[in-house]
Amino acid sequence: MTVQRPNSFRTGPDEHGRFGIYGGRFVAETLMPLILELEQAYATAKADPAFQKEMDGYLTHYVGRPSPLYFAERLTEHCRQAASGLSAGGAKIYLKREELNHTGAHKVNNVLGQILLARRMGKKRIIAETGAGMHGVTTATLCARFGLECIVYMGAVDVERQKANVFRMHMLGAKVVPVESGAKTLKDAMNEALRDWVTNVGSTFYCIGTIAGPHPYPMMVRDFQSIIGRETREQMQAAEGRLPDSLIACIGGGSNAMGLFHPFLDDDAIEIYGVEAAGHGLGTGMHAASIAGGRPGVLHGNRTYLLMNEDGQINEAHSISAGLDYPGIGPEHAWLADVGRIKFLSATDDEALDAFQLLSKLEGIIPALEPAHAIAKVLELAPKKPKDHLMVVNLSGRGDKDLDSVARHLGNKAR
Amino acid sequence: MTERMDRRFAALRREGRAALVTFTMAGDPDAATSLAILKALPKAGADVIELGMPFTDPMADGPAIQAAGLRALQAGQDMKKTLAIVREFRAGDDTTPIVLMGYFNPIYVYGVDKFLADAKAAGVDGLIVVDLPPEEDGELCLPALRAGLNFIRLATPTTDDKRLPAVLTNTSGFVYYVSIAGITGAAAPDPGRVSGAVARIKRHTGLPVCVGFGVRSAAQARAIAEYADGVVVGSALVDAAHRSLGPDGKPTAGTVTAVTDLVRALAEGVRGARRVAAGA
Repeated sequence: MTVQRPNSFRTGPDEHGRFGIYGGRFVAETLMPLILELEQAYATAKADPAFQKEMDGYLTHYVGRPSPLYFAERLTEHCRQAASGLSAGGAKIYLKREELNHTGAHKVNNVLGQILLARRMGKKRIIAETGAGMHGVTTATLCARFGLECIVYMGAVDVERQKANVFRMHMLGAKVVPVESGAKTLKDAMNEALRDWVTNVGSTFYCIGTIAGPHPYPMMVRDFQSIIGRETREQMQAAEGRLPDSLIACIGGGSNAMGLFHPFLDDDAIEIYGVEAAGHGLGTGMHAASIAGGRPGVLHGNRTYLLMNEDGQINEAHSISAGLDYPGIGPEHAWLADVGRIKFLSATDDEALDAFQLLSKLEGIIPALEPAHAIAKVLELAPKKPKDHLMVVNLSGRGDKDLDSVARHLGNKAR
Repeated sequence: MTERMDRRFAALRREGRAALVTFTMAGDPDAATSLAILKALPKAGADVIELGMPFTDPMADGPAIQAAGLRALQAGQDMKKTLAIVREFRAGDDTTPIVLMGYFNPIYVYGVDKFLADAKAAGVDGLIVVDLPPEEDGELCLPALRAGLNFIRLATPTTDDKRLPAVLTNTSGFVYYVSIAGITGAAAPDPGRVSGAVARIKRHTGLPVCVGFGVRSAAQARAIAEYADGVVVGSALVDAAHRSLGPDGKPTAGTVTAVTDLVRALAEGVRGARRVAAGA
């Protein structure tokens, strides 16, 4: 698809909530008044210095920001050795340590913002969808902190797969509702959360976990996550006296990636790579790569790339990483893919598992399976770059939640 | 907008009664059975027919209609087959209006212009697309009106007087008042509140106002038919069809009559209503 290149990549969405043809407000009429109210409330909050000050306070003292930008010396060395036969190059690799945030991932940046907004709007009942459980745990955490009722919708299959996170949510006082409809995974949890919202529209705030859903969610979640990229700019200036040469992050819905990328979109010289989950391989049909294997369609309130059949019926996504296991992608990514600002790559389950182990052994950091997909592509890209190339990877979450499933997949091979 | 729709509501006005609007899912439990149900509906008392276009992710539907859509998809239903059902129905009935109801993605993927042309040619009279609010009118609503199809919008308890004109602007055929904030087949509507809401909508439009979501019994249908121009029943009919299936999920000899028996009872309810002005 060829689309005219805009003067800036950072002005979207337009007043209709569109990024190019993507985004929009494809929701039932029952929700429309509330979505317009939310848009208004967010615009007011965003312009209010008191809201930003409140956010900053919690980001510093509760979340633990700023997260470090860490020079991954041994990973860099590893890639340089791989490069020795090629170019004697190998990029200098930095990790943006989002896994050190409270609750162990980037998710909290967004949830904090939405919960503070919900409080301003007087909403006392918070609902959320979750796949692996990280967004659910984070929402439950902030609801506990602010004394709000919390209901988390989670596919029945995921409830079974992610018992530890279900227990965490219970500990935090949330109610976890197993979703038995459809395929009983993340997209069905999102359907069920939307059904709850339609039913309890007056009392309830829907805390969406990624940069998807109807406008203003993709914009709002992006704004809350953009602190990742803003910090990275400052930290890289301090460390190297200049901006990075490339950025790379994994993409399911794409909130960690957009958080890192957005403040850099208009720095034309910076290469930007998004890594989708190729599951068993793009050719197998068993993957979660919406850009590589999907087409534009409309689901969950927005137009974006979707995995679907010829009749427009949504296909199930497949990835070893539950956080990437979604048949769509944020609409802003869809647009940035069309205009060519983000280059999309993909990593298979096996590549992610290898990278998971490698980073653990080289840096003493056990990554979540999601960013392990990004690390897998770093191993391909970094050796081809010159030694003065500065590459930033968003290490969006830690791997504790994945130890059981990694152990299952590796079996005896891990010993 | 389409003659069939306007004629049907004009005739009902002359009769002095409300319409019974039925919803069934195309392809549930299979294409042949759903066509047989459709063909039997007018004689059983359905005045306007809504036919569901199955979708994997029906965000505004309750368990009954979700399951019906999945049964249809599993039986191989797709948009082409749904339009074929309408075409076959239309060959034997040129007066009962048919409204296709569903979600935007299958239409978008089929291609909006092609869909409108094929739907019109098949004998479709109107569309209800749940996830297209007035803010997205350019997507399908305006092209549908240009193609000569009604675009029937949902008004809900959250649609206040300020928003109502926007909702009604490009609506045609009838207005579908969703009696509860919620999903299909959920709680029963509160008759007093619904009556007030219908009166409120009628102050803004001359279009017929039909009421649905949560209507299951002849008694409920009768109560609503006293002040509304139509009563929509969906989940209860889908449930009736589902309960009639064999243990293997296949239709039985009783599947069509399970639906038509309930439609007959509902039609009696609607016809037995004493008409009063809405909100009175």
